[in-house]
Parts: sequence; C-alpha cells; structure tokens
Amino acid sequence: MAYVAPAEVDDIELHDPQSFITKYIWSQDHKVIALQYAATAIGIGLVALVLSLLMRLQLGFPGTFSFIDPSSYYQFVTMHGMIMVIYLLTALFLGGFGNYLIPLMCGARDMVFPYVNMLSYWLYLVAVLVLVASFFVPGGPTGAGWTLYPPQVILQGTPGHDWGIILMLVSLIIFIVAFTMGGLNYVTTVLQARTRGMTLMRMPLSVWGIFMATILALLAFPALFVSAVMLLLDRTLGTSFFMPAIISMGETLDYGGGNPLLFQHLFWFFGHPEVYIVALPAFGIVSDLLSVHARKNIFGYRMMVWAIVAIGVLSFVVWAHHMYVSGMNPLFGFFFATTTLIIAVPTAIKVYNWVLTLWRGDIHLTVPMLFAIAFILTFVVGGLTGLFLGNVVVDVPLSDTYFVVAHFHMVMGVAPILVVFGAIYHWYPKITGRMLNDAMGKFHFWVTFLGTYAIYFPMHYLGFVGVPRRYYSIEGTDFIPASAVTLNQSITIAAFIVGVVQILFIYNLIWSYFKGKPSGPNPWKATSLEWQTPQTPPVHGNWGPNRPLVYRWAYDYSVPGAAQDYLPQTMSPDDPIVGGHLGRGDEKDHHS
Amino acid sequence: MAVAIVLVLLIVGSVIFNFLSPWWFTPIASNWGTIDTTLIITFIITGIAFVAISLFMAYSIYRFHHKEGRVAHYEPENNKLEWWLTILTTIGVVAMLAPGLVVWNDYITVPEGADEVEAVGKQWQWSFRFPGEDGKLGTTDIKFVSFDNPFGINPDDPNGQDDILISEPELHLPIDRPVKMLLRSYDVLHDFYVPQFRAKMDLVPGLITYFWFIPTRTGKFDLLCAELCGVGHYTMRGHVVVDEAEDFDEWLSSKPTYAQFLAAATAAPAMTGLATKGQEVAGAQGCLSCHTIDGTSGVGPTWKGLFGKEETLADGTTVRVDEAYLIESVSDPNAKLVEGFAPIMPPYELSDEDMAALIALIKSKSE
Repeated sequence: MAYVAPAEVDDIELHDPQSFITKYIWSQDHKVIALQYAATAIGIGLVALVLSLLMRLQLGFPGTFSFIDPSSYYQFVTMHGMIMVIYLLTALFLGGFGNYLIPLMCGARDMVFPYVNMLSYWLYLVAVLVLVASFFVPGGPTGAGWTLYPPQVILQGTPGHDWGIILMLVSLIIFIVAFTMGGLNYVTTVLQARTRGMTLMRMPLSVWGIFMATILALLAFPALFVSAVMLLLDRTLGTSFFMPAIISMGETLDYGGGNPLLFQHLFWFFGHPEVYIVALPAFGIVSDLLSVHARKNIFGYRMMVWAIVAIGVLSFVVWAHHMYVSGMNPLFGFFFATTTLIIAVPTAIKVYNWVLTLWRGDIHLTVPMLFAIAFILTFVVGGLTGLFLGNVVVDVPLSDTYFVVAHFHMVMGVAPILVVFGAIYHWYPKITGRMLNDAMGKFHFWVTFLGTYAIYFPMHYLGFVGVPRRYYSIEGTDFIPASAVTLNQSITIAAFIVGVVQILFIYNLIWSYFKGKPSGPNPWKATSLEWQTPQTPPVHGNWGPNRPLVYRWAYDYSVPGAAQDYLPQTMSPDDPIVGGHLGRGDEKDHHS
Repeated sequence: MAVAIVLVLLIVGSVIFNFLSPWWFTPIASNWGTIDTTLIITFIITGIAFVAISLFMAYSIYRFHHKEGRVAHYEPENNKLEWWLTILTTIGVVAMLAPGLVVWNDYITVPEGADEVEAVGKQWQWSFRFPGEDGKLGTTDIKFVSFDNPFGINPDDPNGQDDILISEPELHLPIDRPVKMLLRSYDVLHDFYVPQFRAKMDLVPGLITYFWFIPTRTGKFDLLCAELCGVGHYTMRGHVVVDEAEDFDEWLSSKPTYAQFLAAATAAPAMTGLATKGQEVAGAQGCLSCHTIDGTSGVGPTWKGLFGKEETLADGTTVRVDEAYLIESVSDPNAKLVEGFAPIMPPYELSDEDMAALIALIKSKSE
C-alpha cells in the first residue's frame, strides 16, 4: 500500500508551452486541441443546420423560394448530411470529447503523442476548409447525396459533378488522415497512459464508448479512404473501378467493366460502423451523466462494457442492411437481417440499464440530466424503428422513404446531439470554471427536445404513406394526400424554431464564460478523475506534481455507510469519509 | 417533475397520433400482403416496447426525483434481472425476425411461369419491353443502343425481333398474373417503386436486377424512381396501369415490335443535310434523353411541332418558339421555362454551327 510516485512526472517539462502561439494556436495540450476541434466542428455544424433549414423551406413551401432550385436543393441535402455525420458528429465526439476526456478521465498528463495530436487538428481544419471551398467552385458542391453513389456522382446531370465532387473526395481523404492521427493517440493513451489503479474495468463508460468508437473508426475509415481514392481516379483519370459501360444523356462514355455495387459495399462497410462511431461515445457519455445526476452507480457496469464491445464487433457484419434493394445477391438478405436484429439485444440491454439507473435513484433534474432523459426517449424511438429497416422484408416498402429519414435522424442525429448538449452543460464548468446559465439551458432543452420530436415523430408516417426521400417536389402524385403538405409545413416550422433556439445556446456559451456563476472544481459532486484536478480549469499537465492514484471504479455514488453520497475514484479506503466500505472490486483490483 | 408529466403526455400523444393519423399505407394492390403483416408484427412488438420502456422511465423520474433526504439505492448489478431482460428481448427479436425471413424467402423466389417484363431506366425516363409472341426477351447490350435501336436489342438475336417496345412511361400489366420485372439502366442507379405494390428494387447499370409480384387490383398507380439519380430524380415518374386481361391484350397489341419500330424508323422521310447533322448534335449532347422527336411526352417539351408553337411559360406569359427563343433556352434554360416542366436542364454552350444544325432539326420536326 506504500505510495510510489509515478515515474512519468518529468514529462510535463517536455512540451510546456512558452508563448501565446504555442499555448493556444500550435498547442499540443489535449484540452486546447479538444476545444479547437469542438469549435471548428460546431462552426461547420451551424452551416449544416442552415442548409437543413433551406431544405425544409422547399419541402414545407414548395416553389415559394425561387433561389432554391433542384440543383441547390440536392446540394443542400448532400452537404447537410456529409457535414453532420463526418465533420460535426465524428469530429466532435472523438476529436472534441475524446481529446478532452480521455487523458483527464484516465489520469494521464496528455495524449501519448501530443505533436501528432496537434497535427490531427490542423489537418482536420484543412479538410473542413477544402469542404467549404467546394461551395465556391464552378458548379458548386456535389449534390449526389451524402452516400456519393457512382455512377451518378461523377456524371453530368448531378450538380457539382465536375469540381464539387473532387473537393469533396479530397476533403474526405484529408479528414481520414487527420482522424487516424488522432485515433491512434486515443487508443494508445487509453491502453498505455492510464494512471495507477485505473484498471480497464474501473474506467468511466465515457472512456469506454470513445475508446471502442475509435477502434471502429480506425478499422472502418480505411474502407471509405479506398473508395474515395478509387472514385477520385474514376473521376479524374477515367478509370473504371465503379463504372460500367454507360450511355449518359445519349452519349456513350469511355467507362466499362466496373461495378457500382462495389462502391456501395465499401461505403457501407465504413458507413454502418460510422453509426456506432457516433453512437458509442454518446452511449458512454450518457451513462455517466445519468449516474452522476441520479447519484447512483450505473446499473450493470460490466454488462454495459461488454455491450459496447459486442455492438462494436457486430457493427462490422451488418453493413449490407443498407443495400437490401440495391440489387445485390438476395441471399445476403438472410445473413444481414439476422446479424442486424442480433445487434438489437446488446443495444436493448444498454437502454434497460440506463432506465434502471434512474430506478431507485436520487434524480437531480439538472440540465444535463434532462438532456440524458430526452436522449433515452429519442433513442428508444430511433432504435426501435431500426428494427423495421433491419428486418429485410419490412425494409422493402420503407426503404428510400421518409421513414428512413425519420429513423436515422432520431437515432444518429437528434439522439447523439442531445447527448452533446447534455455533455456540454455537464463539463462546461470544468472547461471554464463557470456554470452555464440554468434558465437559458432549460429553455434550450425544452424547445430542442419537444421541437425535434415534433419534427421527426410524424415524419415516420410520411414514410408509411410511401413518400420517397430526396424528392425536390412531390407534386403530381396521386397517392400522397394533400394533408401531407400540411404536415410538411408544420415540420418546417418546428425545424425553424429548433434552429433559432440554438442561437440561444451559443449565446449562453459566450455569456456564461464571462458572467456565469463560478463553479468550483466539482459542482456536480462527481467521482471521476477529471473533477479531482488540482486546478479548474485544469492546467497543462493536468495533475500538478503527482498523478492521481485510483482506488475504486467511477460509480461509487450513495455507498451505504459513507459520509457523503459520492466517493471520488482517488479516495483511499482508509479515508474516514468512506466509513470502512470498500468500493466495488477494491480488494481484488487494487494496485493490480 | 415537469419532465415526467411531459414524457407521459408525449408517449400517450404518440399512441393517439398513431391511431388518429390520416397518414398510413396506401391500399395494397399486389400479393405482398405478407410484407404488411410482417410489418404490423414488428410494429406491435416495438410499440409495446416503446410504451413500456418510456412509461417506466417516466414513472422512475416521478417516483425518485430528488427530495431532501432521499438516498439512492446502491446496487451495482443484478444478474438475474439482466438475464431475464436479455431473454425477453431475444424472444421479441426472434418473433420479428422469423416471419421476416420466411417472407423474404418468398420475395426472392420467383414462381415458375411468371411473365417477364423489362423496365429500362435512364435519366430521367422509364421505358418498357415485353417479350412478344415467342415469350423470350431478346438479349441486349448497351453497345447496340442507337437512334434506331433505343433499347439496345441485339440485332442478330431472333428472340428480339418480336419484342414489344413501350417508349412512353406508362406500363400496363394484366391482373392476377405473376410478373417478374427485369430491371436495366443505361446510366445511373434508379429504383422501380410503386407504393401500392410494396415491392421495389434498384436498377443498376451493368447488371440486370429483378423482383416479382402479382398485381391484385386494377387501377392506375404512380411509378416513381426511388434511388437518387441526379437533378431530375424527382421528375422520373410514370404510371403502372393494372388491366383486366382483355384490356391488357388490346393495349399491348397497339404497341410496335422491334421489327416494326426499325422499319418505321428506316422509312421516315429523309432529312436535309443540316437537320441530319442536328441529329448527331442532339445525340452527342444528350438532348434526346429528355426531348422526344415523336410527340410523346418526356422530361422536357417534345420537339415535334415545337417550332412556331405558342408556349405558355411558368410565369403565365406566353412566347412564340422561334430561333431566338431556342438559342436562349439552350444557353439559359430556366430564363423562359415552359409551364409544367421542372427547372432541371443544365445550360449548354454550343458552337454557332451546332446550334444552327440543332435548330434545323427542330424545324424539320414541325414541317
């Protein structure tokens, strides 16, 4: 039990910032890099939000806005989807939260490779700038849909087929290089730089979620990288990886021998794990929010960890459920429907355990908790509708309709973003030393939660009617009732209300930075390591002279016999507050 | 506290919305009622799960929200409960998956003797082909496609000569006969989608894909493209008309075979030299994928009888189609858009020579 000073103490000297530039711009501090990632991701995310509102204008009030022609509509659709999935959610969860939380929650001084970590951000910024540049080239950005399916993506008849698509693909390639630099860091840091006593099975679920998502991303993004390179060659050099013999607009093209389905398999081999790259960090973070604010341990921690691992593994064998009506060999349907529905089991376990964490808790309805609750409801809807689309034959009438749009927005749009909001309200005090304004936060919560539900819940029913997605206009059909137009209008109005209230959120972020109530080091009375730093906000190197020593898991809330309702991970079993109780697994894991 | 009440209202409201919603499946017109049944099974199981989980959550929040002196229960795990929930979930999943896989097996097993009908997609039009009297579709290849052979039928394949060609986007099918739709695309992905049939499948250039169904109700149904295929995707529509057998036979017999089509094309009056060049220009630029020259409807206005015609524009004004109008509409198609057509034509830059040839071709179709 004798205390041994960690051997890594010296390394704080290695990259201590000297000037403003190295401290805040070319910074190698994981916390600064995290904020750079987050600010860039939120900035480009706001562009995607505006694009979605423009799209909704056309859908709600077709023909009213003459500046939205079919070309620009498809460009809005495409860029909205791509930005949201890759440049906002992936970058924010892994580059933002991953960077901030992993070293702090594991008790490390920084990422293992700080210089590579810095490069990761700057390359990400380049990727975003190339993406933005595509709005300003002749022909505008690509309008092929975020899935970028060939052949249409590089043929005339699709907006941005000449320059937009080239910039899109180049941007993706740079993004993947950037991510890989960061991703290797996150995985290595979790595996190699945890402080003494922080066994894997004592890690907070936030770290587990981000860790597993990073592994998925490191394995899945190469498939996108390969398809982007091949597609770029098809576009620029006239190779035919994905291009069969084609007559486009009456003109016989020089392509031949390629297969468009190959692209779809590669894309979704990346694309389905991508869903979990976004979802697993959200799963992990929301587990911690629920536990802290319900003053109760997360229910079934070990099951939660194994569920994250199982979901991660299974997510690599379900990709072709996006392709049931693509013309692939129909026998695949049996396999992919089965694997897809199996993945529902570990996912359901997670949902049960979140709800059971609330059961018999001491639930503080703080803003982070409200967002966590809203996440559960939204995720339940989005997860259950996924069973329709996974169950091969049920997918047939629903695929390519608004049911799909409603489903994936619920499950990987709104649900993870609700977690992002909850997480920002939760960790903002650690990042800035001040609380976010509670009244503004609650208003933001209610409008966002109810507004998004009003947007996406009824949208499923447009899918039941059979309204096809990616239609600039549904005029001239017999099967769509006139009331569908009214529904579309109300969805558009709800979308604008939700969109506008995000300004209040941004305002709150800025206002509270200057005027927010000082938070102290641990306003939520949380157990995990990031709340135990000697300074708030934590300074470079995080821990002062000695790294923390971990005695227990991250979920010792309301431990019977203890003098307070939380026992920080750093609290020794000998501490009088503990009252003789040993944290979970203390005896067998201690100092192992 | 408010959040518990709002959750209950949302859950109850969602259930009420479901039963009162005017938005529901179109009345089915095919044999795929089994797909609907599977969907309803999925709906019931997931609906129960939704209500149970979210109401339990709402109750937990109501019952255990923070009050002075409340202490949370300390219980890291409960293996028994977790196993029961896992087993229950697995049963629910199997109850959805099993019927789904059975119906999928039906979906991909085409019955013996199903009539073969081909649907051909290109940006942004549908056309169709029936096998003719021999009951066999002739082989096709994209390399055979030409002005005289829009379907790309192999001229040396005897099975192709009697194939019946449907060049307009309206397909008729006889009621109560299984049909195997063979799907082919010239350019990009498309998807053959009739909401009332429930079934759909992508068209993939370079492959022939298929699906099957039995039309069970006469009527005229919307045919839509359901796979994004470019800027005109939403205009790629058509109709499928399900007829009684005799009406179908009458309709089919009014359509030309490939041999007849070829003969008519060859017998067409010779065009002037400039108009012939215009035909080449129109082919190379792809004009003819949207504008027909035989008066049938297309994505854009037909060129037959176009020159000199009074056209009503989208803004309600009218314009007489003359050379100046044609030149403007090629270089800036949306400047004076004809009413009823979508603003999807990209601007073209043609040399004066090509433009003159194109105008000669359009003029020749109004003589």
